[in-house]
Amino acid sequence: MDLILEGLLKAFHLIISLDREVLEITWLSLKVSGTATLISIVIGVSLGMIIALSTFPGKKLLIAVINTGMGLPPVVVGLFVTVFLWRNGPFGFLNLLYSPSAMIIAQVVIATPIVMGLSVAALQSLPPMLRLQILALGATRWQMVWLLSREARVPFMAAVMAGFGGVISEIGASIMVGGNIKGYSRVLTTATVMETGRGNFDMAFALSIILLLLVFVVNYLFTLLQQRERPR
Amino acid sequence: MNVSEAVLTAENLKVELGGTPVLQVPSFRLNDKEVVTVVGPNGSGKTTLLLTLACLLRPFSGGISYRGELLDSRDAVFRFRRKISMVFQDPLLFDTTVYNNVAAGLRIRGLSKNELKERVPKYLKMFGIEHLAKRSARKLSGGESQRTSLARALVIEPEILFLDEPFSALDPPTRHALIHDLARVLQETGTTTLMVTHVEFEAMKLSGRIVVMNGGSIIQTGSPSAVMDNPVDVFVAKLVGMEAVLNGKVLESSNGSLVISIYGKQVCALGQGKPEEEVNCCIRPENISVDTRNVSGEDRNVFAGRITHVYSMGPFLKLNLDCGFPLISLVTRDAFAKLGLAEKMDIYASFRPASVHVLKRNI
Repeated sequence: MDLILEGLLKAFHLIISLDREVLEITWLSLKVSGTATLISIVIGVSLGMIIALSTFPGKKLLIAVINTGMGLPPVVVGLFVTVFLWRNGPFGFLNLLYSPSAMIIAQVVIATPIVMGLSVAALQSLPPMLRLQILALGATRWQMVWLLSREARVPFMAAVMAGFGGVISEIGASIMVGGNIKGYSRVLTTATVMETGRGNFDMAFALSIILLLLVFVVNYLFTLLQQRERPR
Repeated sequence: MNVSEAVLTAENLKVELGGTPVLQVPSFRLNDKEVVTVVGPNGSGKTTLLLTLACLLRPFSGGISYRGELLDSRDAVFRFRRKISMVFQDPLLFDTTVYNNVAAGLRIRGLSKNELKERVPKYLKMFGIEHLAKRSARKLSGGESQRTSLARALVIEPEILFLDEPFSALDPPTRHALIHDLARVLQETGTTTLMVTHVEFEAMKLSGRIVVMNGGSIIQTGSPSAVMDNPVDVFVAKLVGMEAVLNGKVLESSNGSLVISIYGKQVCALGQGKPEEEVNCCIRPENISVDTRNVSGEDRNVFAGRITHVYSMGPFLKLNLDCGFPLISLVTRDAFAKLGLAEKMDIYASFRPASVHVLKRNI
């Protein structure tokens, strides 16, 4: 019990004293996963919308593939991104391996199918006749897309939260393509693994608490956005 | 009816779903300020006709013209959609306030806030929902939702209003009130309307013309009374409530009155026919009287029979009768009690010759 109590106390001390290293790691986590989430929203929502709103042969198969992608193991993504960015791999000339950029790439690959799959589901859950109703109200194509996304805003925000949650907590890919380099590519999850391995439980606790707080604050903000403007 | 009155015309409309034809309409027209009701059973193609005419469903072949202009380009269809509006069976409201829902069509058209403040409350009031303006559309009753949907459709002051079974999901009292209010609004605004519905006689009251559909085709069109009183075939006869349909053969014909043999019994009817012609005799249950004594005069067809079944129909009772041929009669609960009627009882059924609608049978 002492071990846990002491660890927690030291952890709070590290957080309250704004430990420089802890802050740096937190900031990088937020930057990498935030950027990856943003990119995955742009790709996932727009492609998800196109898929949900159009009919083409093989649509069901494509949706099944995307839904499978929602459960993509981060280590598999890490492996492929590593191979692609390897010095004599296809994109080796970009010199991105073991950098925050490589981590963003890997996290985009993880988050995009999540955002896309849930976006498709969000739009498909709307009444099928709603599109005709919107067209009959005289909407242009873009006005229709806008009105439909506004109708699906609650599940859309859930898609965003799921995407962010997937990458902020992910470790396999980050450690493989980022390398957990101190002060450069070390994020909350990779640092927690390392500190736990070394027996530095206080540091590991501090990082874990920050990770939880971070996820909570971000999701709280998303939730506010999601529930905004819902009349009584 | 001259050409200039037509708001919407269609020629040779054909719609196929997965290779099977679901709609085949050689020609259709909707005149200015006209309220037309399309009736027919499920799967008769009435909703398909409505969606096609509203340019929300692309026909397999054929053309639709709005005030003489053929709607054959994307641009023409878009401009047409800005002039119409539509209400579906499901109110399909947006997840926002009633006010914002009603304002949706105006916002899409880029009207200013001040213009909205002028128009939206007027239409909220027209449908008696002004007190709900700030309420979430998710918290409305079925009737309130459909009122909001109708206000949203009418606030843009459409050239044509399309209604797809707008009352079907409502309970009877709500439906009556809404039909009453819609009739008033349509009269006030003079909106050209095309409505699709199951057979709802109240809805028929709204319209100047009825179009009956079956199997993807229009089988009869005419004023409500023409369709109700002179259905062209057994299908339409049953649809408009002539439940008893009997096979018979003409025995005598003179000066518009007929004697028809039905199951060996003689029935007098009005109509045209030649002796030996096979006919169907259609009779409304409400036109068949039941009595315990044979009191009717000579101008009525009277048959001795027996009550085989009694069904409750709200304020009425429906009696299945066996008079050597089956008949269905509708009596009030009051009359049923006064006459002391009961199942298995022997009775006399009677109806006037004018109550028999005679149709030639196609063999």
